[in-house]
Amino acid sequence: MSRVLIRGGRVLDPSVDYDAVADLLIEDERVVEVGVGLEAENAEIIEAKGKWVAPGFVDLHVHLREPGQEYKEDLASGGRAAVAGGFTSVCCMANTDPVNDDPAVTQYILDRAAKDSPARIFPIAAATRRLAGELMTEMAALKEAGAVAFSDDGKTIMDAWVMRNVLEYSKLVDAAVVIHAEDCGLRADGVVNEGRMSTRLGLPGNPVEAEEIHIARDIRLARLTGARLHVGHVSSGGSVELIRQAKEDGLSVTAEVTPHHLALTDAITEGFDTSTKMAPPLRTESDVERLRAGLVEGVIDCVATDHAPHAVYEKDVEYTAAPCGVLGLETAFGVVNDMVQCGEISPLELMRRMSTAPAQIFDLEGGSLQSGAVADIVVLDPEESWVYDPAEGFSKSRNSPWAGERLKGQVSATLVDGRIVYQAGRGVLAR
Amino acid sequence: MIGQDLLGIESLDRERIELILETAEKMQEIGTRDVKKVPTLRGRTVVNLFFEPSTRTQTSFEIAGKRLAADVVNFSVSSSSLSKAESLLDTAKTLDAMDPDAVIVRHKVAGVPQRIADVLDAPVINAGDGAHEHPTQALLDMLTVYQEKGRIEGLSVAIIGDIAHSRVARSNIYGFTRLGAEVRVAGPPTMLPPQVDVLGVKAYTSLREALDGVDVVMALRIQNERLGGGIFPSVREYSSTFGLDRAKLRFARPDAIVMHPGPVNRGVELSHDLADHRPSVILDQVRNGVALRMALLYLIAGRDFPQDQE
Repeated sequence: MSRVLIRGGRVLDPSVDYDAVADLLIEDERVVEVGVGLEAENAEIIEAKGKWVAPGFVDLHVHLREPGQEYKEDLASGGRAAVAGGFTSVCCMANTDPVNDDPAVTQYILDRAAKDSPARIFPIAAATRRLAGELMTEMAALKEAGAVAFSDDGKTIMDAWVMRNVLEYSKLVDAAVVIHAEDCGLRADGVVNEGRMSTRLGLPGNPVEAEEIHIARDIRLARLTGARLHVGHVSSGGSVELIRQAKEDGLSVTAEVTPHHLALTDAITEGFDTSTKMAPPLRTESDVERLRAGLVEGVIDCVATDHAPHAVYEKDVEYTAAPCGVLGLETAFGVVNDMVQCGEISPLELMRRMSTAPAQIFDLEGGSLQSGAVADIVVLDPEESWVYDPAEGFSKSRNSPWAGERLKGQVSATLVDGRIVYQAGRGVLAR
Repeated sequence: MIGQDLLGIESLDRERIELILETAEKMQEIGTRDVKKVPTLRGRTVVNLFFEPSTRTQTSFEIAGKRLAADVVNFSVSSSSLSKAESLLDTAKTLDAMDPDAVIVRHKVAGVPQRIADVLDAPVINAGDGAHEHPTQALLDMLTVYQEKGRIEGLSVAIIGDIAHSRVARSNIYGFTRLGAEVRVAGPPTMLPPQVDVLGVKAYTSLREALDGVDVVMALRIQNERLGGGIFPSVREYSSTFGLDRAKLRFARPDAIVMHPGPVNRGVELSHDLADHRPSVILDQVRNGVALRMALLYLIAGRDFPQDQE
């Protein structure tokens, strides 16, 4: 039997609203006990004085690029980046090559992940074949193979009839459908938020209405079908209001927000650095404020990174030609911890949005430190300040708007299944 | 300014703009000589890196460089093959390894000159990037207005046309407002950029109101690719609402001048008659473009002021 004792940390368990200094004992892959003055023979000790001990982070939205684009990332490097960022479970989007629209691809990802990744990896299968937005996928077979949700992320299902059927059919497998909400016609060639910056820079703008119109449509379709709708990467303040209304109406609608949309505005597109290009684009101060308030209130259920690795040479092109997306796993806590530092959210509530809430949305294990819970745990130093250098990180790619930036809040240790898989200063320890 | 980039007017202070304009006035004399050449930039290499074809601007830079005795090399690249075969920055670095003294960049996407300048040792002059900036056009426009009116401070300038997609509009807005002019923009609502007030101008959808009492009217070229682009219904409707002719020009001051960055779509932005005759100063703009670009090359890639070589 292996034992780990995490001693003297501030234990934050959102599943039971527990927030107190305590010890946490793990035996094999399960949490045994949380309490004061715990002793254990032959236990590996993690000293956590001054640190937070929380359920491992759960990320509902990452792009791990395997199969097909392993030069950007693969399940091994993505899994290492995940645990280095405190994530014990990540859900990978279906826009691989081939697309994850077939149970064989789902199975391939799970097999590779089991061998290669220190983090748990859960595939999200495509909602339509080849992400073409036309014919729905075999959701029952995909769910059986291990898919946890369905999404055409990266693309929008523009045909409302197709979307209606996807939502209706998803009830068969009782899984959430995740939307990438952008009205493609209205977005047109837009690459940055439409507004003051697009006018100054002369780059084609993408208005918030392109997102809001689409979210509004899909909320109506969720009402029509009664299906579980999860809104990916919400970027505008207006979208928060739409989701709030949907929740007040009692619909099964959940939503996520990325660290970059919580922290950055389109002001950083000033130098035309393509590490500032993502879909949806960075918005304005007012959107950031409303997204942060929405996360605090719980209108936005959780933080998801939309970790989207791209090779340096793919990003070193014209702003309009560069692929969308930025890295997110390794910087997530350092970025969102700012909300605790600013007194906007309590540590317990932030941990809920990072672990307990997302785990519930996709019916995943984790998000709890209760006796008997799976020992997926993160130990965090909320006061430690560090400078992020993507070249020193675990992802294969470097496309981060935080390259060279100082962040406050660092992952001290990550445990998956009761094993220490990452420890600051020691790196990734398993696989 | 030696060794410095010129990426846009937005980041240029009034002093620098005035220095460039004063230097350009001195350069004009060289263009009137029998032998239009001085040895100022002898032994210097100026590269025209044009990712988007532009005969006029490229030729203007080429003549400007040659009048200063620089070696001017044209490095034309098709941007479509580029994005597949070689990264933009690789092209820039390759070029940099050949040690040019100045690189002139034109690209259809906003921000490319900036990105190239980030990796290049040589100074970069932006010759137009997407809908972002076209600083040399704005400077030659300011020179033209200054010489016509004797001042820029206190003038009213109306820019008419597709403001949203115009780099000429942006650079001129920044330049003229920095020198104390009032700038108005006018066009169909689909051609005005969102939150245009951020540029420091007032927007009009009535040509008559926009022209009321202005000293300078600048018509922009309607880009061919926009003709069928869904942002205005027809050329006929555009020319009847925003195309300039002598009748509409009467809304402006009696001594107002008419400008156009060229090439003119005759009968669309300007009537045939206005395109060729005063008060339009289109050919003066072109002429001043050479002197202005000579001034910039001298200030950025040169050392001493040109001496007579009698």
